[in-house]
Amino acid sequence: MEGVTQRLPRLLALVPYLLARPGVPIEEVAADFSITVPVLRRDLELLWMCGLPGYGPGDLIDLSFEGDTVTVTFDAGMRRPLRLSGAEATALVVALRALAETPGVLDAGSVRRALAKIEAAAGQADGVVVGLATREEAALTAVRDALDHRRALRIRYYTPARDTVSDRTVDPMRLLLVEGRGYLEAWCRWAEEVRLFRLDRIEHVTTLDEPALPPPQARPTDVSDGLFRAQPDQQIAVLTLAPDSRWVAEYYPVDELIEGKGGAATVRMRYSETGWMVRLVLGLGADVVVREPPELAAAVAQRARAALRRSDHLAPSEAG
Amino acid sequence: MNLVLCLLSSRQYLPAERIRRTVPGYADAASDEAFFRMFERDKAELRELGVPLETGRIPGFEAGEGYRIARRDYELPDIDLEADEAAAVALAARLWDSSQLAGAAHGALVKLRAAGVEVDTELSAVVQPRVRATEPALTPLISAVQAGQVVTFPHRRHPAEQPIGRTLEPWGVVSWRGRWYVVGHDRDRDATRCFRVSRIAGPVRAIGAPGAVQRPPGVDLLKIVAGSAEPPAAAHTVRLWLADGRAYGLRQRATVLARMTLEDVAGDVVTVELPGYDVAARWIAGLGPDAVVLEPAELATAVRARLSAAAGSVG
Repeated sequence: MEGVTQRLPRLLALVPYLLARPGVPIEEVAADFSITVPVLRRDLELLWMCGLPGYGPGDLIDLSFEGDTVTVTFDAGMRRPLRLSGAEATALVVALRALAETPGVLDAGSVRRALAKIEAAAGQADGVVVGLATREEAALTAVRDALDHRRALRIRYYTPARDTVSDRTVDPMRLLLVEGRGYLEAWCRWAEEVRLFRLDRIEHVTTLDEPALPPPQARPTDVSDGLFRAQPDQQIAVLTLAPDSRWVAEYYPVDELIEGKGGAATVRMRYSETGWMVRLVLGLGADVVVREPPELAAAVAQRARAALRRSDHLAPSEAG
Repeated sequence: MNLVLCLLSSRQYLPAERIRRTVPGYADAASDEAFFRMFERDKAELRELGVPLETGRIPGFEAGEGYRIARRDYELPDIDLEADEAAAVALAARLWDSSQLAGAAHGALVKLRAAGVEVDTELSAVVQPRVRATEPALTPLISAVQAGQVVTFPHRRHPAEQPIGRTLEPWGVVSWRGRWYVVGHDRDRDATRCFRVSRIAGPVRAIGAPGAVQRPPGVDLLKIVAGSAEPPAAAHTVRLWLADGRAYGLRQRATVLARMTLEDVAGDVVTVELPGYDVAARWIAGLGPDAVVLEPAELATAVRARLSAAAGSVG
């Protein structure tokens, strides 16, 4: 059974909602309130028993049903919804302000006008600021434009996992702004998969003269759990991080962190590209020890020795 | 619900006794004590929802106090959004990736719809912004900022260090590059500071009177956070050898000077602007044999030290 804290605000909003939409289909009401039709019906039955003191036939809220639609015929004075609470105003106003201050996401004029109207009705919400995409991404305008006009794009993209760049033709699907960064979600014709491209890693973008046509199997990525979700084919490394390399566990997602002596920590980290993990570990030098897997430890040591040998080959004048 | 309707319909303050007699449900209360318990609970619930329940003296009435809800304070003012504005609102409401803020945004949408605004959330937006806000300390910090209350919390300066108690006059919370920060005046250090919310290692406690914290006018919260979190600008010019077809990350910032072959591997001699030697040494050592430092010697030594450790740490 749901608590009064969810039900009462809904009941208070239902009467003015129905009043504003005579003859609204019941299914539509349920969808707008994010509840099921049976829950809505129980709400409506309860409303029928509410009204003004006296509680006679003329005092109670009156509803009329016709087919699958509902209309309020007596509102008992409940004509307007309750004001937005502080938390509601904050959640909406801060989000609108973040959209308004991120160029190219939405038409800035619409967002500003919406913001002004919401602030006028709900009050300002100072003290919470969200920076969405912080740098002016050069690719943002072109990507936005391609989405608006449904055009395919040719992009030159840097893949840090493999430390390579590649040219790809993609069919843009959506623009995602997640964790303070912008991503283009697109069908990659080369990989034949839906891929997310980070905007700041798109080096060059050309709008093609052909329409964007993602195939039917191109499904939007589920970002509800964040972008880095555990995948079954990933490998797992166990690393012991010295205090100076503890930032790794904050910067990259880790599955488990065990505090060690003197500020060290042992973490389990997932990775898809061995080359990427080798670069990470190699760069940390003495501040990391690879516990598992042995192949990773061996690959790191082998790359390190090869690098030392190569720098030994420099003529002394070159190494100056 | 009946209590709200009853109080909303009355211009005068209604005494508790009269409410007990008229509003259905209260009549079932077995004793005075039971009624007052119910009534107190209901009043608290209404206030929690933001219903402006007023208490006032009733003139010429012995028992004193009564209750009412002023329609002017209760009702959401008129609001009329054009289709494009409503689309912006719908998108904004989906920004939050956090049950509390997303729930609040949904509550706001329900009220806007109840005010007759058509907000279509099914709109297949080509833009989808998401902001995570799952840190437990965030909600009490936002409340404290809005109430203007001083807060104390234990905070780790570094993940490996013991938390230190902080007393802060919070001016605001800021999400920047996917991380949350609280900004304000640090009372212990008597200076403007920002703290990463994920490094708050215990409960946030609001202390002192609401309204005690005044944000200085004209302060730009995002700028304070961006200024303190911004990595130092490129400070060193270094000369490197990079193997052909490798090290694209560095090549993006590099200028090619000449060709050079090392150990029979063809490559480029480049110059590149890098931040501090520590970060530069990490990037270059990470590339292994694909990048070799030519200049300066200090950086070459730092890279070799990292590589030697990596070569030796597994025997």
